[in-house]
Formats: sequence, C-alpha cells, structure tokens
Amino acid sequence: MDIIEKANEEAIRRMLNAESVLIDVVPAGDIVPDLRDKMILHAGPPIEWDRMCGPMQGAIAGITVFEGWAGDLEQAVTMAASGGITFDANHHHDAVGPMTGMTTVSQPMLVVENKTTGNKSYCAINEGLGKVMRFGGNDAEVLDRLAWIRDVLGPAMGKALRDMGGIELKPLIARGLSMGDEMHQRNVACSGLVLRAIAAAMAQTSDDATALSEALAFISANDQFHLNIAMAMGKAIMDPVRNIEGSSIVTAMSRNGTDFGIRVSGTGDEWFTAPVEMPEGLYFAGYTEADANPDMGDSTIVETIGLGGFAMGAAPAVAGFVGAGAASEAANYTHRMSEICAAENPEWTIPSMDYLGVPTGIDVRLVVDSGIAPTINTGIAHREPGIGQVGAGVVRAPMACFEQAVRCLAEKLGIS
Amino acid sequence: MASNKDNPSLLGGKLSVINVGLDKFATELTEHDVPVVHLDWRPPAGGDPELAALLSKMGT
Repeated sequence: MDIIEKANEEAIRRMLNAESVLIDVVPAGDIVPDLRDKMILHAGPPIEWDRMCGPMQGAIAGITVFEGWAGDLEQAVTMAASGGITFDANHHHDAVGPMTGMTTVSQPMLVVENKTTGNKSYCAINEGLGKVMRFGGNDAEVLDRLAWIRDVLGPAMGKALRDMGGIELKPLIARGLSMGDEMHQRNVACSGLVLRAIAAAMAQTSDDATALSEALAFISANDQFHLNIAMAMGKAIMDPVRNIEGSSIVTAMSRNGTDFGIRVSGTGDEWFTAPVEMPEGLYFAGYTEADANPDMGDSTIVETIGLGGFAMGAAPAVAGFVGAGAASEAANYTHRMSEICAAENPEWTIPSMDYLGVPTGIDVRLVVDSGIAPTINTGIAHREPGIGQVGAGVVRAPMACFEQAVRCLAEKLGIS
Repeated sequence: MASNKDNPSLLGGKLSVINVGLDKFATELTEHDVPVVHLDWRPPAGGDPELAALLSKMGT
C-alpha cells in the first residue's frame, strides 16, 4: 500500500538521520518529565503492583529504601502494595531502564540528545553484573553502590561530558560493531571506547584523585557499561519516529517481566501486549532454568534500532555466551532479522558479513507474514527478589503483539 | 498413477531432496546421510486466513 510504504520510508529516514550524542549525566528529578517524589518508573509497558514479577517487586522495595521513603524492605513492600507509590512506564517519560528499569528522582541519568531532532532521552547508569538492582538485588551492597553512583560517578561523568562537549555515538557504534559488539549482551568494545573518550575529561575536571581513580576503575571493570548508553541512544532515535500516519514500523519493544509490549509508529502510543516468554540460555554455576524469571527490561530498544540480536553476526563470541549455538550460527540470526526489517543501516555495518548493514526498521507486516519473531539477546534474572542475575540467553518477542498491531493499523487505515 | 516401474530411479538410486517446511524431515534425512536442501517456509500469517487477507491488502 502506497501510504504505508511512504510512511515507512519517512520512518527509516528519521532513524538513519538521527545523530545521537551523550551530552550529560543529571539527577532524574531535574530532567525526567513529570517525575516526582514517591514515584517509580519501571521497565516495560504499564503494570500494577499485584501483577509484577518477583525481581520487579524486589527492586521496587530496594529503590524505595534507597530514596528514604521507607525504613526497610518490609515497610517498602507494604507501602508499594497499599498504593503509597505511583508507578509508570519509563517509556512514558522519555526514559528507558534495563531489566527492572528503576528510575527515581535522585538517580543520575545518562542524557542522550538526538541532535537532528533535538529530543533527549534518559537512562540510569549501568551498575555492573551479578547482584544489582536491575536484576532485583536490594541488599546493603546494592544500595551502597547506587549511592556511590549517585554521589561520585554520576556527577564526575556529567562534569566531564559538559566539559568535552559530549560523545558522538553513531561513529562509536560503527566502530564497536567492527570490534565484535552487538551492544546488548556484548558491550566490551564500546565500553572501552567510552572510557577512552571520557577519561581525559574526567581527569581534567576532577579535584579528587581517589574518587577519579575509583570512577575510572568502575567503568573499566564493567563490560556492560555501554549498554545503558546504547539504550538511551535507542530511545532518542526512536521517539521521533512515533506517530507517522500509516507507518508499520515498530518504535518500541519492552517487557516488564510479566508482559511484552510493542508500540508502532502508525498506531500512536498504544501498547500491544502479550505474556512475556522465557529466555533460552546458559546459566551461571549453581543456577538452572527453574531459577529463571521471564524476559524483562526496556533494553529491547537496542533490537528496535537494529542492534542486539539483530546484529548477532557482528558478535560471534556472544552466540556462545547466550547459548545461541555455534559462532558460525551468528550470521544466520542477522539474516533472519533482515527478513522482517524495511532497510539496512549503511553506517552500521558488519565487516565479517561483507559489510552488511544491520537490519533496520522492524515492520509488523513482515513479522506476521513471515512468522519470524524478533530475536532478543538478554540477561536472565532470578525469579525471586533480592538475588540478581543468574544467566544470559535468547528470547523471542511474542507474535501476538505484532498480530494485534497489524489489526489496529489496518483498522486505522480503513482496511477490513 | 505413476508406479516405480515408470520411474525406477526414484528409490533405486541416490536421492536428492528439497525439504519445504518442517525441518524435522530434513534433519532425519541428514542423519541418514541423505543430502538435503531445506527451505524454511511456513504459511503466511501462521495460516490465519483473516490476517493473511489483511496483510495482502496492506502490501506484503
């Protein structure tokens, strides 16, 4: 249909023209629209307390104590369950968050600006691996680390980024793809590139050698540090693609541990949801599939822009890590995702696949027609609150979300 | 109907197989050292005729 094709051309044009720059780190309360005290933004489509999974409830209890709204975890749970806290989706506030995706007023947020369109998007700083709040961890060690990120790392990064004029992300991603990252479960190269870009400015703007040393050591020890930057970038790229009449391009994929939700450009900001699926993957020593929580997090914004599972071909090493098969299988994942996308990204290419551009612009029509669901690389949280990450794997977006979107778009276009 | 007499080489000689759809058939043949080209195919829209008709009108 001509109207859909033209609308999708515009959607792809906006995606490919986006120039994303990491410009600052700012407390969420100062910058995230409509965020206030005793309000928690979470990953995925909107969900009420009673339907939240274990790690989501655990993270909410932890962040409630962290913000000083409750004295301990028990009080926090009572408060959350009795309506004392307002919940909303990160995506409704220009923000995204990995796994549980906690966003509250005092947390420092990475700020990515899309210089082409002027919109800004936000994501909290990555806490590292293992027992962390995004995987439902909530003990003193987790809260102490968050306090250090709030008081030391966040301000230091913000000062450095303002001083240096930001970090351009499009070329950084291009380089990371050529160095074996897919930017969801493998961010080793991009995390190193970010450290190289920011280290001198952090040293230049620091007056505390110990704090500087700790901050640089934290970034350099965290292979996933760049993930949250990629997520804020993804949101900054996709938000201007929303609300193009007739477009069948997906603008967000996200999960809250209970529901998987997608939004599509031509259907406005409506969520199309279905029960979230279980990742298939590999588990850390001592854990099995029986410990795993279903799929969770806003990090699928990375796949929405053609990275993560869509760029698996760039990162054969990650195929083994997430249990996706032999390294030689990695390219097949990218080829399959090409079948459900409207375009390739000529600036984000995969050298080992003869410089194939990453699949760009998920078209709900192609997903439903082909029966090929988007493939997502993901971390796996323990199903109980307070434990944290137990593995990594691959999960597919539920087909029902895309079928609903096709029907809704057809109705809006008067097709029956 | 054609019989094996009409086409004696079908089961008597070396098989060359193209498998369309379910990959289990291809896997079975491969395990018996029969060369197979597998075509990953499934009915449009998962076989849902109403969705397939909508998609057809929407340009897929």
